[in-house]
This record gives sequence, structure tokens and C-alpha cells, in this order.
Amino acid sequence: MTRTKILEVNGLKQYFGSASNPIKAVDDISFYVYEGETLGLVGESGSGKSTTGRSIIRLYDVTGGDIYFKGQNIASIKSRKDLKHFNKDMQMIFQDPYASLNPRMTASEIITEGFDIHGMYKNKKERAEKVAELLEAVGLSRTHASRYAHEFSGGQRQRIGIARALSLDPSFIIADEPISALDVSIQAQVVNLLKKLQRERNLTYLFIAHDLSMVKYISDRIAVMYQGRIVEIGPADEIYNEPVHPYTKSLLSAVPQPDPLSERTRTRIPYVHETVKGDIVAHEVAPDHFVFATSEQLTRWQL
Amino acid sequence: MKPKLLEVKDLHIHFKTYAGIVQAVRGVNFELYEGETLAIVGESGSGKSVTSNALMKLIPQPPGIYANGEILFNGRNIVPLSEKEMAKIRGNDIAMIFQDPMTSLNPTMRIGNQITEVILQHKAASRHEAKERAMELLKLVGIPFPEKRYKQYPHELSGGMRQRIVIAIALAANPKLLIADEPTTALDVTIQAQILELMKDIQQRSNTSIIFITHDLGVVANVADRVAVMYAGQIVEYGTVNEIFYNPKHPYTWGLLGSMPDLNNSSDELLRTIPGSPPNLISPPVGDAFAPRNEFAMAIDYEQEPPMFQVSPTHFAKTWLLHPDAPNIPVPDVVQQRINRYVKEGEMR
Repeated sequence: MTRTKILEVNGLKQYFGSASNPIKAVDDISFYVYEGETLGLVGESGSGKSTTGRSIIRLYDVTGGDIYFKGQNIASIKSRKDLKHFNKDMQMIFQDPYASLNPRMTASEIITEGFDIHGMYKNKKERAEKVAELLEAVGLSRTHASRYAHEFSGGQRQRIGIARALSLDPSFIIADEPISALDVSIQAQVVNLLKKLQRERNLTYLFIAHDLSMVKYISDRIAVMYQGRIVEIGPADEIYNEPVHPYTKSLLSAVPQPDPLSERTRTRIPYVHETVKGDIVAHEVAPDHFVFATSEQLTRWQL
Repeated sequence: MKPKLLEVKDLHIHFKTYAGIVQAVRGVNFELYEGETLAIVGESGSGKSVTSNALMKLIPQPPGIYANGEILFNGRNIVPLSEKEMAKIRGNDIAMIFQDPMTSLNPTMRIGNQITEVILQHKAASRHEAKERAMELLKLVGIPFPEKRYKQYPHELSGGMRQRIVIAIALAANPKLLIADEPTTALDVTIQAQILELMKDIQQRSNTSIIFITHDLGVVANVADRVAVMYAGQIVEYGTVNEIFYNPKHPYTWGLLGSMPDLNNSSDELLRTIPGSPPNLISPPVGDAFAPRNEFAMAIDYEQEPPMFQVSPTHFAKTWLLHPDAPNIPVPDVVQQRINRYVKEGEMR
């Protein structure tokens, strides 16, 4: 079975600041996302993972490179109509459920804002029914529709954020650290919900996070970013069981596990960044598993 | 047996609010021995931070009320102490590391001065001696180029470096007790690992006792000797780190362990969740506060609060499931399978 690539990113560059001395937040990265899968994007703060997500959803004008969504170059979308269609099809879930909901709007108003913009569900009754359906899909009750954001707990707010993202029936959702601000027990609830919705609606996720255990759990494939570049990308199990890039190894060795016996003996692998001569290219070390390195580095790392 | 440094007896902390009195801490008991690390885990609102702030007498009064209980530090009850007497203990005998290194440093003061301030306050040292000690501390916490950093301001350092400075300040007066409230939550995993290593290293050298507050069970497994699991203002399970992770008895602990995926979790299985959310502590539920979220709750859970049942000389859990008449409920499969795997892997090492 050949899988369709719903999103393709080619040589994406996102620089900030002056042109003479730019801050290279994202520096020439390429990857793709298959339809219906979850691609996890991990890296430490400042590695460019959030910037990547924001560039894809057109929150920034890219410095260089192309982003193709469903075969269309998103930079070439010009007409209002096409742009509306794109905005409908790609949605975002934000990290902070406290800051990302307007405190002066009810849950229903937050969810239906997109309907107004896109002229959907104009019939009052139909609209109320849709809101109820969305609230129930994310595990809230239809009676919650008239409540304000502050009346909800953190986990419930994140559910409203998810309901808002789902309201326009998107096919692609960028989740930027959607669970980092939540408690452990609530994190599991939200992650289970995201997985359930993905199955039911055939959604594709770009899941941005720094919690590696959770990323491993939710993702089909994982891309590891370091200083604005992807250093390794591949199937989740491959990345965890057979990491090649020393940065991936270092990152994995730093994740504490809920296992005191292994924690007492665990040694962290420090990462020292090498400045290299020669071209860094993508090497396919296993099917769909790429490591970005020079040939010399790769031979050394695979020893 | 190591000497006891701290003993908390039946601590109750309340807050007066417009909505009513919030019973944030409802009868907490624990002890801390010299040179050991006790981790307090729980969700937000479980009372773990209030407990740790109470140990430093950092609860503002009003609205806070020390409703009941004793905090014995080296055998002396610090609850009735005046603000003046507490000022001698704070930073000197008991020091604290906060979650956010961005906000716990003074942005207008040079790093060196922020460290020497503590030394000059608590120790009979000259400016010169204080500076020497500050330089030693900077080296101890692994700050490169201490001479240069000494003169810099906090904004010139990264988050991990700032947290090292916060630790250096906390250690400045050689405290016997270090309270760390989510010290690594704001940091990246790689930096977190470095800070945890640093704290363990310092503990070995100076025999400091540490109370470590976190919601990350991986971190607990890494740093703790003993663990207290808090829920709704009470300790619901208390034991050595091995007992809590390999032989958990409280359904809330099962929930916490089950809701965290580890790197070996298959993504086909759903995570175990704890349904619902924590209770309102203005009117805590009658009986076991965890009962409404507990799939194993029995009738008695809604009527009477369970006592602490003893599992081993060091292991206690507050659940009616441990009563001799209770049905035998095994640890949920997901959690038990993981424990079995860990133990097996442990034996192979």
C-alpha cells in the first residue's frame, strides 16, 4: 500500500531579525507527513520545532523553501476563497489552555467563531446541535456550551481547544505542546482523546512536544530537531530502539523513567555538537529512517 | 538509623477565601532523615506546594491559617516562631529552590551579589570571604567561567545556568534542609538530567536532606529515597521509592503510574486514565476523597475516611482496600505488567 503524503516540506527556512545577521530559527529542513499518521516533532526549547509548526500553518512568511499541503504550494494560495479553504483544512491546538481561550466568550461562542467566518451552520438549531456534537466528541457535556472558559479546569479547557480545532472538520491538526501544561492524569485523558478522534475522523497530526515518552506513545514517526535542523527522522520504534545520531541518543538517555532500579544505574550520554566539514545529507539507514550527517560521521556513529 | 531532621505532625493549612475556607492541607504527617531525599508527588491542587511552603513558614497569614499541627525541625516546633526568628532559619537552615529560574532571581542584581547577600546575612564573614565562598559555590554547581559570571546579570544566562545559580544561592549558607519545588519542570530534559545529577552530587558531599516536589514520576524514580503521594491535601501513600513503584497499594498511585507512558509502551494500548478531576477542598467529600474517581470504590469509601494502613515497616497507604475485610483487588494489568518487566530487567542487570 502506498501512502499519500498530505504535507511535504522542502528546504524550509525561517529566519528572524536583520537580514545581515539573522537568527536562523529553522534552517533548511525537509520532511513529509503521511495522511492519517502522527508525526512527532521533538527537540529542546529553541530548536525550532514550534517555529516549524507555525510556518506550516502560515503564521509566518517563510524565508525560504516550499511547503506543499495536499499537493498545493501554500505560499501560492492567494485568493480569499482558497485561503479560507486552507484555513479550514488545517487547524492548530495550542499549549496553554488558559491563554488560548478568550475569557469573555462562552464555550459555544469559541467553538462557533469559525462557523461565522466560513458561513457554516447558519440555522440556529443546526448550529446548537453541531456544538453539542463537538462537545460530546471531546468528552464534555452539551450543557457546558453556555459556560465561560474560567468555569472549566485545565483539562476541560484543552478539550474546548480541541473542539474548536475540530469544528471546521480539518484533515490536518498541528498540536503544539498540547499537554505540557496539564497534570499527568489529565495528560493521559487528552492523549487518549486525540488518538480516539484520529481514528474516528482520519486526522493527520503534527505533534510538537518535548516530553519524549508521550511523543513516542502517540507518534507513528518522529523527527528530532536540534538548532533549527532535523538530525534524525524515522518510525517511532526505530528512533527509540535504534537511534543513530548522537543527539537523539543523548536526548533519549536523559528521559527519566518511572523505574527506580534502572534510574539508579542509568548514565546520561552527553552530546557534543561537532562542527563539520563537508555536506550534511540524509542517509537512509533503514526503511524510512533517515539520519542527517556527513558520510564520515555516519560510519563513525554506526560503529 | 539516621537521625531525624524534620517531623511534620498532623499539619492542617487553611485559606480564607470569599467562597469559603479552603482546606488545602488536611492532616499531613511525615518525617525526614538526615541526608535523604523525600519526594512529594501529586497533581496541582493536591497541597504539595502548600506543604513545602508551610515548612518555610511562607504561607501568608491572612489568608492562610496554620489550623493545626506541628513542624519539628531538629526537634523544635517552628509553627509558633515569630517572623524575626524565622528569618534566621530561612536561607540558613532551610533553603528553597523554586520552579521558575526566570522569576526567582533578581533581574537588577549581579549574580555575585545575590549569592554573597545570603552569606553576609547568615554567616560572620567579611565581604572578601563571602566572595571567595561565592566563587566556590559557582564552581560547585558547575558554572563555567565563574569569574565572569559573578559580575553578570541573570538575563545573560540560559535557563539551566540560572537554575544552577538558584541552587548556588540555596546552598550558600550550608542548609541542612533543601526544599526543591518542581526545580526542573521548566527545563529541557537534557538540562533537567544535569540539574538532577548536580543535586544528587551535592547531597552526597554535604549530607543535605532534600524534599523534592514534582509531578513527574520519572524524576521521582531518579532522585527519591522515599516517596509521599498526595491527593486532596492528604498523603495517601507513603513508602520507599521501591515500595511505591514496585508494590503500589493505593488506587490513586496506580492511576498515576498507569497514566504515564514509558518508552516501552506500545501505542496500540490506551493509557490508563484517572477519570474526573480532584475534589473541591472548600467542602471536601465525606469519606475517602478519592472515591468518586476510584473504580474500585466501595460503599464505605463514601461514608468513612480510611486510616493509614501499614503495609511494611516503611510503607503505608490510606485506602479501605487494605482492610482485612475488603475484597482482594489486584494491581491493574497495565501497571502490573510494567512492574514485572522492570523487575525482570532489573534482575538481568
